[in-house]
Amino acid sequence: MSNGKTKIEARNLSFYYGSKRALTGLNIACSENRVTAIIGPSGCGKSTFIRTLNRMNDVIPGTRLEGQILLDGEDIHSSLIDAVELRKRVGMVFQKPNPFPKSIFDNVAYGLRINEHRNRDLLEEIVERSLREAALWEEVKDRLDENAFCLSGGQQQRLCIARALAVEPEVILFDEPCSAIDPIATAKIEDLIQRLKQTYTVVIVTHNMQQAARVSDYTAFLMLGELIEFDETKKIFTAPANKMTEEYITGRFG
Amino acid sequence: MERPFDDELNALKHKLLEMAGHVEEAVALSIQSLKDRNEELAAEVIREEEITNSYDLAVDEICMRLLALRQPVAADLRFIASAMKIGTDLERIGDLTVNIAERTLHLLRLPPLKPLLDIPAMARLAQGMVKDAIDAFIQADAGLARSVCERDDEVDQLNEQLFRELLTYTIADPGTIPRAIELILIGRSLERIADHATNISEDVIYILKGQIIKHHFDKKPDSRKDGPRKC
Repeated sequence: MSNGKTKIEARNLSFYYGSKRALTGLNIACSENRVTAIIGPSGCGKSTFIRTLNRMNDVIPGTRLEGQILLDGEDIHSSLIDAVELRKRVGMVFQKPNPFPKSIFDNVAYGLRINEHRNRDLLEEIVERSLREAALWEEVKDRLDENAFCLSGGQQQRLCIARALAVEPEVILFDEPCSAIDPIATAKIEDLIQRLKQTYTVVIVTHNMQQAARVSDYTAFLMLGELIEFDETKKIFTAPANKMTEEYITGRFG
Repeated sequence: MERPFDDELNALKHKLLEMAGHVEEAVALSIQSLKDRNEELAAEVIREEEITNSYDLAVDEICMRLLALRQPVAADLRFIASAMKIGTDLERIGDLTVNIAERTLHLLRLPPLKPLLDIPAMARLAQGMVKDAIDAFIQADAGLARSVCERDDEVDQLNEQLFRELLTYTIADPGTIPRAIELILIGRSLERIADHATNISEDVIYILKGQIIKHHFDKKPDSRKDGPRKC
């Protein structure tokens, strides 16, 4: 099942909020064009972990990282890598849909404009392509000038996905993308994630184990900042190797 | 942490065990009826089959409900999926005991073909395999389950031996053909009972270890001397 190629990985990763250690010695390798799910009980470090993958934690004062995050084998903390550029290559979609208070079109075009794209035709082309990729185009093509807040929660989330896709990322990180939206919109986004992996590498944090089972190829189970088990999703959910994994996914704690 | 689901899983296990006990009894009675030439026992086995069938339906219904409503994973999922299969294997064993009982009733109308040749040995083995498969399930004993799988070859060999011996009887005395046919069919039923006990044991190992051992259990192509098994 693995294509053998690691797109982004953590090596011996530890992370600190001040003196408090939130992650301990994580080794997680996410395969290219696959969906890797991160599961675990509240407070296990899932969101902290995913935010290290595109240095979102840099903006939090007092934090410290040990170990390495490698993107295509390159250390993302090396002085050769610009954090802003990194966040184009490794995009993020958050739990609560957060469209900008702008039109639908301007939301998607925002990342392109601040990167000096000005040609209107090109912008339109990229916006349409991104909205199509995010399975939102048909629903909004006749109202691109409308304010993004007119959209439903599920649509707003897909708009945020389109926004991330517009700058042509390589990896897309999802931090509990469906927690705040209804089941039908959730199904649409899960469907979208399955299609996105053909082009991108996806890492998704979710507290919904059925979602992890439905959408991911690989699953990592974290507890108290440590990696307990990492394997093919089908193996984790049929015959996990670690007893703690078994107890968590069968709902005996968590 | 206890879950309400655990009560439901225990209830499923108990239902399966009730069914297994009933089927084990049917196996014993059918063999007894043959050995003792007891018409009443054979009739009882045939009558009691509908109880096995209603257990089968009950087990399936519980499993489908749990799959739909609880979305089980890992060991819970393996248990429920295997419970459905074990129920089916037990139901088939029940059908086979009825076959034995019906054949026995036919044999009772004819003079005994002495001796029953390999049938008592096969019956003992098959009965033991059914009992041990069920005990392996109850006791969560993978080693016991494996030992059941290991005995299947012996039953197959006894069945082939039975067939050959009965063939010589019929050649020597065509008058024995009707009885020989009944005995061959009884032998086949016993061999099939042993196969189902093996299936149950393989499922027990899957529940306990998440390993699938069926279809390639210690069999390499060149270790099977006589080609495909005869029925």
